[in-house]
This record gives sequence, C-alpha cells and structure tokens, in this order.
Amino acid sequence: MKKSHTLALYADMDEAANALRELKSSGMSGFRMEDVVVKSPIDHPELSELLGPRPVYIQWFTLLGVLLGPTTGLVLIASAQASFIYQVRGGRPVVPLPPDMVLTYELFILSGVLMTVLATFVAMKLPGNRSPLYNASVSEDKIGILVKADPQSIPQINEILGRHKPLEIMGDQAR
Amino acid sequence: MSHSVHSHPQLDVQVERKFIPKQKDLGADVTWAKINKDVLRSLEKPRPVFWVIFFSALALFSFGVYCEVYQYQNGMGVADLNNPQVWGLYIATFIFWIGMGHSGTLLSALLHIIHADWRKPIYRYSEAMTTFTLLTAALFVLVHMGRLWQFYYVVAYPNERWTWPNFTSPLVWDATAIGTYLTSSLLFLYMGMIPDLAICRDNARGARRALYRFLSMGWQGTDRQWANFKVAYMTMACFLMPLAVSVHSIVSTDFAVSQNPGWHVTSFPPYFVLGALYSGCSGIITLFIVLRYVFRFEAYMTQPILNKLIKMTFAIAMVWTYLDLIEYATTWYGSDEVAKADLIYRATGDYALQFWGMIFCAMVMPFTLLIRFVRHNYVVLLIISLILNVGMWLERFQIITPTFAKSHYPWTWTAGWWPSWVQWGIVAGSFGWFTMLFMLYCKIFPSVSMYEVKEMVHEQNMEEKALAAQTDVHEAGLVPEMKGGQA
Repeated sequence: MKKSHTLALYADMDEAANALRELKSSGMSGFRMEDVVVKSPIDHPELSELLGPRPVYIQWFTLLGVLLGPTTGLVLIASAQASFIYQVRGGRPVVPLPPDMVLTYELFILSGVLMTVLATFVAMKLPGNRSPLYNASVSEDKIGILVKADPQSIPQINEILGRHKPLEIMGDQAR
Repeated sequence: MSHSVHSHPQLDVQVERKFIPKQKDLGADVTWAKINKDVLRSLEKPRPVFWVIFFSALALFSFGVYCEVYQYQNGMGVADLNNPQVWGLYIATFIFWIGMGHSGTLLSALLHIIHADWRKPIYRYSEAMTTFTLLTAALFVLVHMGRLWQFYYVVAYPNERWTWPNFTSPLVWDATAIGTYLTSSLLFLYMGMIPDLAICRDNARGARRALYRFLSMGWQGTDRQWANFKVAYMTMACFLMPLAVSVHSIVSTDFAVSQNPGWHVTSFPPYFVLGALYSGCSGIITLFIVLRYVFRFEAYMTQPILNKLIKMTFAIAMVWTYLDLIEYATTWYGSDEVAKADLIYRATGDYALQFWGMIFCAMVMPFTLLIRFVRHNYVVLLIISLILNVGMWLERFQIITPTFAKSHYPWTWTAGWWPSWVQWGIVAGSFGWFTMLFMLYCKIFPSVSMYEVKEMVHEQNMEEKALAAQTDVHEAGLVPEMKGGQA
C-alpha cells in the first residue's frame, strides 16, 4: 500500500517530546516508530531516545579503511623498494621498515578519513533530497516530526500531533 | 563557594548544587533565530573595511605573482638563492604557514574531543584558516624549486620510467604528510559545514542558492543524519589531531635528521609542534578581532571566549619558550663544538638582530597577555598578536639562515647573506594570497558555526532550567526529604 506523510512543526522541544511519547504509546496499526523522523536544527539526543535505537555503522567502514590503507601503502612502498633489489645498498636493508612507517602512518590516517567520509555520505543518504516534506524553519529554530504511515492512520496521527501545540501540520491530509 | 552549597541546621550533610553558576560564554539574548540572522547577514553585508582588507590583499598577492613570474623567467639567481643558501625565506615561510594551521585543528578537533564548548563560535574560521594556510604553504614547495616543471618528483607515486622517489627521505614524507593533512582538513571543514550550508540554502536566492543547494547535498537535519554526522565528525576529529602532530613532526625531521649545526636536535619535533600551535593561536586571536569587527560578530566572539583563547595561547607560549631554552641548553652543554659556535653566531653574529627580535617578540611579549588592559583592549591585543607572529616568523628565519650561513665547512660560509627583493615580494604575496582567500571564504560561507552555537545556547538554557528547578526545590524546603536518597 502507498504510504502517506505528515509533518508537524513545534516551537517547543518538550511538546515535541510529548507528541513522540504519545505516538509511541498509541499502538495504532498502519504505523511504525521506525518510520518517524525528527528534523531539527541541532542534534537532540533527548528526542532520539524516544525514537528507539537508530544504529550507526560508520565506524565499521572506518575500521576497514584503517586496515586496508596502511597495508596497501606498505605493500606498494616495499614492492617499489624491492624492485631495486640488485642495487648496491652498502649493507643497508632493501626495504627499511622504520622509515617506511612514516608513510604507512600517513596512509593509515588518509584512508581512515576517506572511508569515514564515504560511509557518512552513504549513511546520511547524501547527496539526495528524498524526504517528501520539508520546511525551512527546521533549519532555524523549529522541530519537525515527520510520520510515514498508511493513509487511513494519518487522521489519527494528525490528531495526536495536534494535541501538543504544533505550529503547523503539513502533508497529504493536513487540516 | 558559599553560594553553591546549602546547609540545613538539622542535617549533618551539605547538599551541593549540581550546576555552579559561572560566566556564560554567550549572552542571554542569543536565540536560535538571532544566530541565523546574524551569521547570514555576515554573508551579505560586512562592514566596508572588508573591501579595504580584500583589495589590499589582492594587491599584495598580485605583487607576489609578479615576483614569482620574474623568478620563473630569470632563474633562481634573482632570488639570491645559491649553495649553500638554497632555502632562504621560502622554506622559513613554508614552515610558518604550515605551523599557522595547527591551531585550527587544535580548536576544531582536540577541543571537540574533550567537549570544550567555548570553541564552538570560533572553530569554523580557525579550521578555514588551517585549510588556507596549508594551501599557502604548499605554494612554497613549488616556489622554492629551481625546476618547477619537475615538481612531481616530490609526490610518492610510481611512474613509467621506474624512477621512484626516495621513500626514506623526509622531503617525500613532507609532501605526503601535507597532502594528507590538506585533504583531511578540507574534508573536515566541509563535513562540519554541511548543516550550516543547508541553512544558507534555505535562506539564499539566485546563484548563491544554487551553490548552497549543491554543497549541502540535500541535508534536512533528520535524526538519522544527525546521529551519523556526530559519529563521523568525532571520528574525523580523532584522526585529525594525531595527523596535525605528525605533520609538523615530519617537517621538523627535514632538519633534525640532517647533520647541520643547530638542527640535529632531539627535541625538534615537539619544539616544532608547539611552535606551530603557538603561532596558530596568535593567528586565531588576530582573526578573532578582525572578524568580530568586520562581520559584527560581537554576540558570538565574546570576552569570556577570548580570555580562554588567550590563556591557552599563553600556556602554549610558555611551553614553547621552555623547549626553545632546552634546545639552547643542550647545545651549550653538549660536546658538538660546531653547534655551539653556531649558537653563538646566531646570538652575536650577522643575524643577531633577528635572533634577539625573536626572543623579544615570541618570549617576552606573551607576558603582556597577563595584563587585563591588554586582554580587554582589542586594538592593543591585535597588535600584540601580530607581534607574536612576527616573532614566530623570525624563529623560522633563525632556524634556516644562520645554519646555512655558517655550517661545518668554512669555504661554504656566506656570512651576512640577505634575501633579495624577489624573495620578500613572494613572501608578502603569500600573506596577500592567504588573506584574500580567507576573507573570500568568510564572505561566501558561514564563518561561525550556526548549529554548534545553537547547541551552546540550548545547553546554557538547559543548565539554567536545571539550576532554577534546584533552587525551587531548596526554597520549597524539600531538602530534608533528600536525606533518604530520594533526590
């Protein structure tokens, strides 16, 4: 079934939190808490707690970066040095590990940073503008609660959202 | 603190308030809407002095370009660079610019990791300063080369002729480290700006709107975006801090792994890192005062924040002074007679004026920061922050020129060597280049982090609410009930 969307804007964080609590405890069908999105000018851990777990996987990509980067870097450097294996080195090692560690370290950082950035954009679904409802005031000082639900549940959701002094309710079936 | 502790006559315990009132970094009149309004206004209408600074910088930069073209066409001889004086002002200024960038990372990364909130209104321009100083420093790698068209030899990459860079050379480490630092700083700056670019997008029109729309990439401030953003930003901060330390340590190895007198010093890496932080902090104070006036940021760049910045600068200056004196002491009491002679030459020879100038500007002048009048008078403070950086530039000049002028072999001595006008022109041009880029950045992008200042305001309000609630509890006589652990 095609889902509908509704967005309620709040000036007060406590009211937005109350609206989320009521939505969570309503237990209505045709709607899941995972489909609720809070839009705000800053990060609100207080509201995020009410939404339930929203796992972040970026650190795994970072781990991959910090493992792959230095390994690849060291292999490339060492293989380049080893290609001169017949060159007279005056007793010094062909692949001197201590000085090679400097570049390996730099590649450790670089690949870690690049993988983190890449993973962040993927996780944040950027670039893109997929959300059907957006109000510019959420980048200023308002808190928006966006709910995706079955069309028949939207009136009841709007009623719950409307009980907590929203400034505005927008969406397919907004009043 | 008598006001923070309440005692009750019948109780043998004292109940301490959770939140001790302290001087606020931001005024009570700062609201979220005001933050947007003020910062967005800075993108539209700065004071007219902005254009004076911008065009002066452009003129300086143009002169630098002229000098560089002249040098390129006529050879390095016009810069008076020849063996053994092969680096001159170029590498001294290169170290100066690399160093300037370090405090941007200190403010934006280290203070972010330890949750020092006072950094929030000032870290964005500091991070931008890092990026532009690195761009400026990278120019000097090219400028000081005799054969500019062969610059790619400094980049560690394989090529079809089977000629490889020397991976064990600090110069190759340098190029890699600076490339990594520039890339990471640029990404860190950009990542941190995304929420603010979305604000700009929502409020701009025309070409600016198109630019911000492109750069903000559809950011909407959803809870999932914030959660990912916070983790990513903290992770990047954790990478940036050791990277900054490694970069300037590597720059110091350009000198420390050589046998030249005055350079072969064990304490060079921390000495360089501290010197970098010191000049960077002075640079941040200079820009603090300039931006505060030019963009009318009085509400965000406040005296309590400036006080903390000054305290940090002073502490770093003292550690740097200690390391500098340690360097002299090790040389003086060491067994390397050439290094000792080099030290005496620095203090009494052809470059004594620069040496004592450095001592005065970088070691003595920081003590003026202890004077309240200096900290509160922005014109005086601006002048002192510039003097501190003159001192740090002289320090870099001191490291390079006297050592090259009087090294191990008397037949290479070039005592009294002085750079030509071409070198001075290119150095002046680099200051113009940096200032031009930086001012342009501040005119196009928000130089105060809007969302982080909003977080500050939010936290201040939460603290005030909690404090008021506690005060109500005490005043309502509920303290005895707390004895049983119900609080």
